Amino acid sequence: MTTSNHQITTDPGTSLVSRRAFLKVSAIAGGGILLASYFEPLSALEPGAVGARDRNGMADPALNAFVRITPDGIVTIIGKNPEVGQGIKTMLPMLIAEELDVDWKNVRVEQGDFDPTKFQSQVAGGSTATPTNWLPMRRVGAAARAMLIGAAAQTWNVPAAECDASMGVVTHTPSKRTMTYGALATSAASMTAPDLASVTLKDPKAFKIIGTRVHGVDTKAIVTGKPLYGIDVTVPGMLYATFVKAPVFGAKVATANVNELKAMPGVKHAFVVAGESALSGLLGGVAIVADSWWETQKARRALKVTWEQHPTSQQSSASYAAQAATFASQAPQRSIRTDGDIDAALAGAAKKVNASYYYPFIAHAPLEPQNCTARFVNGACEIWAPTQNPAPGRAMVAKLLDLKEDAITIHITRGGGGFGRRLNNDYMVEAAWIAKETGAPVKLLWNREDDTQHDFYRPAGWHNFVGGVDASGKLSAWQNHFVSFGEGQNFGSSAGINGGEFPARFIPNFSLGASVMPSGVPMGPLRAPGSNGIAFATQSFIDELALAAGKDPLDFRLDMLSSMIPDPPATPGGRPAAPGFDGPRMAEVLKVLKQRSGWGKRLPKGTGMGVAFHFSHRGYFAEVVQATVSKSGTITIDKVWAVGDVGSEIINPSGADNQVQGAVLDGIAQALGQEITIENGQTVQSNFHDFLLLRHNQQMPIDVYFHKSTNAPTGLGEPALPPVVPALTNAIFAATGKRVRSLPLSKHDLSWS
Amino acid sequence: MKLRLKVNGQVKTADVPEDIPLLWALRDSLDMKGTKFGCGAAQCGACTVHLNGTPTRSCQIPAAAAQGMEITTIEGLSADGTHALQKAWDELDVPQCGYCQAGQLMSAAALLAKNNKPTDADIDAAMSGNICRCATYPRIRAAIHRAAEIKAAGSKAGAGAGTSGNPGGRR
Repeated sequence: MTTSNHQITTDPGTSLVSRRAFLKVSAIAGGGILLASYFEPLSALEPGAVGARDRNGMADPALNAFVRITPDGIVTIIGKNPEVGQGIKTMLPMLIAEELDVDWKNVRVEQGDFDPTKFQSQVAGGSTATPTNWLPMRRVGAAARAMLIGAAAQTWNVPAAECDASMGVVTHTPSKRTMTYGALATSAASMTAPDLASVTLKDPKAFKIIGTRVHGVDTKAIVTGKPLYGIDVTVPGMLYATFVKAPVFGAKVATANVNELKAMPGVKHAFVVAGESALSGLLGGVAIVADSWWETQKARRALKVTWEQHPTSQQSSASYAAQAATFASQAPQRSIRTDGDIDAALAGAAKKVNASYYYPFIAHAPLEPQNCTARFVNGACEIWAPTQNPAPGRAMVAKLLDLKEDAITIHITRGGGGFGRRLNNDYMVEAAWIAKETGAPVKLLWNREDDTQHDFYRPAGWHNFVGGVDASGKLSAWQNHFVSFGEGQNFGSSAGINGGEFPARFIPNFSLGASVMPSGVPMGPLRAPGSNGIAFATQSFIDELALAAGKDPLDFRLDMLSSMIPDPPATPGGRPAAPGFDGPRMAEVLKVLKQRSGWGKRLPKGTGMGVAFHFSHRGYFAEVVQATVSKSGTITIDKVWAVGDVGSEIINPSGADNQVQGAVLDGIAQALGQEITIENGQTVQSNFHDFLLLRHNQQMPIDVYFHKSTNAPTGLGEPALPPVVPALTNAIFAATGKRVRSLPLSKHDLSWS
Repeated sequence: MKLRLKVNGQVKTADVPEDIPLLWALRDSLDMKGTKFGCGAAQCGACTVHLNGTPTRSCQIPAAAAQGMEITTIEGLSADGTHALQKAWDELDVPQCGYCQAGQLMSAAALLAKNNKPTDADIDAAMSGNICRCATYPRIRAAIHRAAEIKAAGSKAGAGAGTSGNPGGRR
C-alpha cells in the first residue's frame, strides 16, 4: 500500500473552511485498485444548518470517497450518504466519474453502511453535500486518472506527459497505443498517489458528465419493483412489530390487556414498554409482536390501554395561540438584534404598517411510514433503517441497551421520502428495544396514523411586525417580535430565528426580539427548516410595505437588496449574519425572474402575480406565482416561475429540475391545506384525508431556471421551497386584495365581488 | 388459511391470516415487495395493483377475495422492465424517493390500456388517487404522454423512440 499525505491549505471553491485531505491507495486481492480519500472533518458548519457538527479542530481523518476499479473496467463508487430522494447517490459519484474520465455506463454505485470509522459525515440534511464535496470528490477522480496514466506510461516506457485518458482508456498520443482502465487498474495500485492539492482538475468546458442529465442510479430498480427501502427488508426468522404510543406525547402506560393480546392468533409477544422521558428516544407504549404485521394490527384493535396523566394534555393549539397573543401585546423576552434607532425611525416614518403573521405546525408525511428492522446475535445488534442520520440513532441505541457503539451495525436503506423526518431515530430505538426484548429479529412498522401523530413537527410560529417607510417610499424601519417555542434562551428544535436573517443588514433601523413558550409537542427540522415559515412572514410583510410605499413589489425588493449595510454594528445577543448572503447576488436572480415571468403585465381582476425571494442553505431563490381566485374563492395556480443561483454548475440537471419542481409543489401543498392541530396534548390529524398532500390534478406548469454565477455549486434539496409560499399568498393579494396573514389557505374565505 | 393467488400469471400459495388484505399477502407472504404500503386507507394509491386489469387498492381488498382473479403487480408489469411506461419513467428519470412509483405505474398502466392517447385531464382523472409526496407530478404526466408515444411507435412499426424524449446534453 502506498500512502501519501498532502496538505490542502484552502478549498477556495467551497467557501467553507480549510481542510487537509489525503489519499490511500491499495491493490485489491485478485486484481484492481482501491482508492480512499480522507479528510480532516469540517470543524463546523454555519449556525442553523441541519447536521451541523460542533467538533473543533482536528478530529480523526474521515473517509470521504471510496472507489474500486476492477480488471473488468467497472468502477464501483460507494455512496456514503443516505438517499431519500434528493439524488445524492447519483450526484456525488458523478463528480468522481467526471474527473476519472470514465464512461458513466461502467460506473456502479453501492450504498455504504453507516461506518464512522470510515466515513465522517453520513447525513442527509442541510443541503450540504454539494458544497462540501464539489472539489474533494473531483480531486479523487483526477488523482485516480493520473495514476492510471502513470501506470500506462510505465508499461509503455514513455513519459506520462505523452499520454492522455478519456472514457476509461489511456492513449499514448504519439503511437496511438491504448490500454483500458481495467487492464491498468492492478498496476496503477503500485503508483505513487499524487498530491490531492495539486492534481489538475478539468476546465468545466471539458465536462462530459457534470452538467448532463444523469438518471438516478436506482431508477430502473424502482420502476421494476425491486426491494430497496427499509420496509422491504427481510431477515430470516423475522417477526413483525407494532408499537402503540400514547396519543399525548410522552405519556406512559397505566394499564394494558397484554395477556389477552398474547392469546390472539399469530401474536408471539405483547408487553408494556416503560420508556424514557426524551421525546426523541424510546417512549412508553405497548409492543405487539406477531408472525405477520397484519396480526399485530388486529391485536392492536383489541388493545385496551389506559395512559398515565401527562402535563402536555393541558396544551393545545388554542392555548399556544392565546399565549402568543399575550406575548404580542408585551415587549419581547429578549432582543436578538438591534441596529440603529427603531423607535425614532418608526416615530418619524411617513407611513407605518402593523401586521401579525402565523404559520401552523405541519407534519413531514413521507410516504414510507417509519420503520426499522433489528436483530441481536451474541450481544451485537444489527439494524436496517431508512434513516437520514444514523450516528445519533446508534448512540441512542447504545445508551438505551448498554451496548458499545461498535457492537451496533447500521445498514442504511433507501428512504421513501425524508424531508427531515428521518433525521430523528425514534423508530430505531423502538425496533432495537423490541428485538432485544423478544430475542428474535423484528421488523417494526408504523401505520400512517402513527406516522402522522408521532412526528417531529415543523414548529408553528408568530411574527408581529411593525414597519415604516419614509416620504420617498424607502423602507426605514423594521421591527419583529417573533413568538415561538422553547425554554429561556433556547428555541425548540427548528423553532428559532437568527439575527442575520433577512432583512437584517438591509435596513438601518432594525429590531428583532423573541419570546418563547414551552411545549410538549415534538418538533424538528422540515425541509428548509426555519426558512419555510420565516420566508412566508417576512416576504408577505415586505409586500405590505411596498404597498404602503406605493411601489411595485418586485422593484421595492430590488431597492431593499441594493441597500446592504456592509459592516453592521455588533449588537449584544446578536448572531452573525447568515453566511454569504449577498444582496446583489439575489438582486440578479430577481432581475432574471422579472424578465422570465413577464412581471408587470396586466391581468384581469381575480388573477394576480406574487413575488418572493429567500436565501437558505447557500441557495438564492426567487419565485413568482400567478394565481387565479374565483369569485367564490377557489384558488387555481396558473403557473410558477422559479429562478435560482446555486453556483457555476448544475451538476445533474435532471435531479436539479426535479428538486426545484418538487420543492415548489411541496411549498404549495403546505400553503394550501396543511396544518397539524393539537388538542389535549395530542395530534388531531391522522391520515391523508385530513393532512392533505398535493395531488396530480393540483399541479401547474413550473418554469425552472438556473442563473449560473461564478460561485461554487451549492445544494438544492431545500432552498427552492421557502419563497413559493409567500409568492402564492402575495399573488392572492394581487388577485383579490385579500392579505393572507396565516396559513393554511384552506381556512380563509377568499371570495370577492 | 391457504389461498391460491394467481399473481403475474403464476399460481402461488399464500399461507395467511384469513382476513389479511391482498397487500400484506403479497408483501409478507409471497415476498413481493414492489407493492407499497402508504396509508392503509385507500388515500394514497401506493399499494395499487390490477385485479383483472382494474387498478385496485390492495390494502383494502381481502386477499381471499382476489382468488380466481388475475392479479398484476409492478413485478409483473413486464417481464424485464420494458413496458412502455417503465421505459418512459426511466427516460424522463421520474422518481425522487421512488416509493410511490409502483402505484403510479400501475394506475398509469390501467389508463394506457384503455386510452392510447390520454390528455392531461384524462391523466389527472386517472391518477389523482395516487399521491407522490416528492411531487414528481410534472414528470409523471410527461412520462405517461411519452409512454403513449412509445406504445404507438411500437404498434405501428415495432420501432423505437419518438422525438419528444429526454433532451439530454449539457446546458
